[in-house]
Amino acid sequence: MSGTFVGMPAFPKAAHEAVHDATLRGNLRHATHTIRSKRAKAVAEVSDWAALREAGKRIKDHTLRHLDRYLVQLEESVTAAGGTVHWAADADEANRIVAGLVLATGESEVVKVKSMATQEIGLNEALEAEGIRAYETDLAELIVQLGKDRPSHILVPAIHRNRGEIRDIFAREMSEWGRPAPDGLTDTPAELAEAARLHLREKFLRAKVGISGANFMVAETGTLVVVESEGNGRMCLTLPETLISVVGIEKIVPTWQDLEVFLQTLPRSSTAERMNPYTSTWTGTTDEDGPRAFHLVLLDNGRTDTLADEVGRQALRCIRCSACLNVCPVYERAGGHAYGSVYPGPIGAILSPQLRGTASEIDASLPYASSLCGACYEVCPVAIDIPEVLVHLRERVAQGGPATREGNKVVLKPAKGHAAERAAMRAARWAFSHPGALRTGQRLAGRTRRFHPRTLPGPGRAWSASRDLPPVPAEPFRDWWQRTRGGKDAK
Amino acid sequence: MNSRDVILGRVRRALAETGHDDTPYDQAVERSYLREHGERGVAETVELLAENLADYRALVHRCDADGLPGVIAGLLAERGSASVVVPPGLDESWLADTDVTRVADRAETTPHELDRVDSVVTACAVAIAETGTIVLDGGPDQGRRRITLVPDHHICVVRVPDQVVSSVPQGLARLAPERPLTWISGPSATSDIELDRVEGVHGPRTLEVILVGTV
Ligand code: SF4
Repeated sequence: MSGTFVGMPAFPKAAHEAVHDATLRGNLRHATHTIRSKRAKAVAEVSDWAALREAGKRIKDHTLRHLDRYLVQLEESVTAAGGTVHWAADADEANRIVAGLVLATGESEVVKVKSMATQEIGLNEALEAEGIRAYETDLAELIVQLGKDRPSHILVPAIHRNRGEIRDIFAREMSEWGRPAPDGLTDTPAELAEAARLHLREKFLRAKVGISGANFMVAETGTLVVVESEGNGRMCLTLPETLISVVGIEKIVPTWQDLEVFLQTLPRSSTAERMNPYTSTWTGTTDEDGPRAFHLVLLDNGRTDTLADEVGRQALRCIRCSACLNVCPVYERAGGHAYGSVYPGPIGAILSPQLRGTASEIDASLPYASSLCGACYEVCPVAIDIPEVLVHLRERVAQGGPATREGNKVVLKPAKGHAAERAAMRAARWAFSHPGALRTGQRLAGRTRRFHPRTLPGPGRAWSASRDLPPVPAEPFRDWWQRTRGGKDAK
Repeated sequence: MNSRDVILGRVRRALAETGHDDTPYDQAVERSYLREHGERGVAETVELLAENLADYRALVHRCDADGLPGVIAGLLAERGSASVVVPPGLDESWLADTDVTRVADRAETTPHELDRVDSVVTACAVAIAETGTIVLDGGPDQGRRRITLVPDHHICVVRVPDQVVSSVPQGLARLAPERPLTWISGPSATSDIELDRVEGVHGPRTLEVILVGTV
């Protein structure tokens, strides 16, 4: 997967650096706490939240269980509606397909609406290599792109930047990319948003090719759905003549009716709103309204490998709401960049090692980037048991065992004695010994028990050791950890 | 082997070891969630729509059918609009009281031309009270998607109570998936800068919703 941030240090090192960046921490803390309490309020407004969550989980599980059938059905319905479907087994193939489609239009620039899938495959860089300039149009993505930076949050990728930094980036960089920032730009959010509006408008109005992802694809109708706030999505989806959507194969839902679940749970979990400002749905092409050509690129890139793992496959239910990031004590302190992938936070910790495998140090360390407090599971609108998958992946890193890579069954070697083990161990130590894990330490003993069917060797020992503790440790968790180094001494 | 076969083959192999499951779709998903939240009469539902629209900073106006042309004319005048995009099937009487320049919604119009128009007036397909959402489906009285996107001022007329439903499930059931839909809940907004909500990024910065009819 080309989405690995090149030269990315393993989680503990990156996290360590983030913790010492006071601005970053302050921004993150403010942001996650704000959105966390707003979300709780938005969720409390609907009395049937538990039933919606359960239905969302079941819809996704059912779809994944019959994914081949639904993919074929989706292909048929998109084609019947005037779209063209392409299949991409990995990032390189997806990039080649998209670049080819853009080049065929004769255009050398595209407007993009925020999409995790295209970040995952490194599409912008691939297009640039073909002489095509991709303009990010989501405000936060624009900040990231102009700042030559990396996203740090799924929903608000520039969450690590404060208004002063954003002002400076706009004032310095906008002229490089198009319309310069207005003279005397201040750092009030309204002025910054206005600067972005002006800067991007000229691009929208002349754009001939738009590139998007999608939040959902409906198999029975061939409908794609994009949920957004700013209207940049609508611009990209309706003004260009050609629309190319790159979407992971797990984004399917069987029926139109299924949207009634996710259009209730996603906005409330994500932006903590009853409904996000704009949702667009389109089915193929419409005569004289919107793009004349629509291409759907269905992306595997490790998803079928994830599907092959009976415990890990639940990660494919994810609707990318980012609620799990906002409640995670480790994310709050480590920041999004430490996860070394476009998927940060708890979901990143279980998704990246599955999409990419656990061969690299960063991916081997990700399953340890958690205190297993379980807050992520509680807020997840599709009930992904993230702690369960984390423990499962730790076992895989520590003990090795069967896995699927690029469709082939492989047997992974245990990480023992390898650099990966050391990285993993450091991540575990970091997550545990850091003050962040403290608050949740008390709950941990109880929670971990549930996920721990057996004793784990190597780094896993740290977790299984907690099984032998009294229900509530007599000494504060942190003291216990400091004293025992998570059971390492007991080894 | 092409990638389609590769991917479908991988999916099938990935699922091969999972026990056989032929539960039909309708039985696989228990839908014990509510069709709507709370019990409301028609008037209360319309009231809730108005409240939720306003909560997300849409400007809400109410009138009866006879008053509609006057309200629309007033809003355009207040805004100082010189031109307005008009979908082909919009009820002509709605604009009877204003002499603002009409711009037809035509396929040939370029986005740049559209950018020079001040306002747009449309009807809608359905409005959802619980979420304060209006949905456009590209019908003749709503026009192409872009006309409610590029101009900075959108006036949307909702016929109450006929076009109002309580909930998202009820709204979806009324909509045709094959039509291009735009769900709008307040003017465009961003919270990307320190999570401060700012109204109006790329879509119309002013959204006015007129609830027309009596309940
Ligand atoms: S794992 Fe759950 S909570 Fe986290 S982003 Fe995905 S859907 Fe949201």
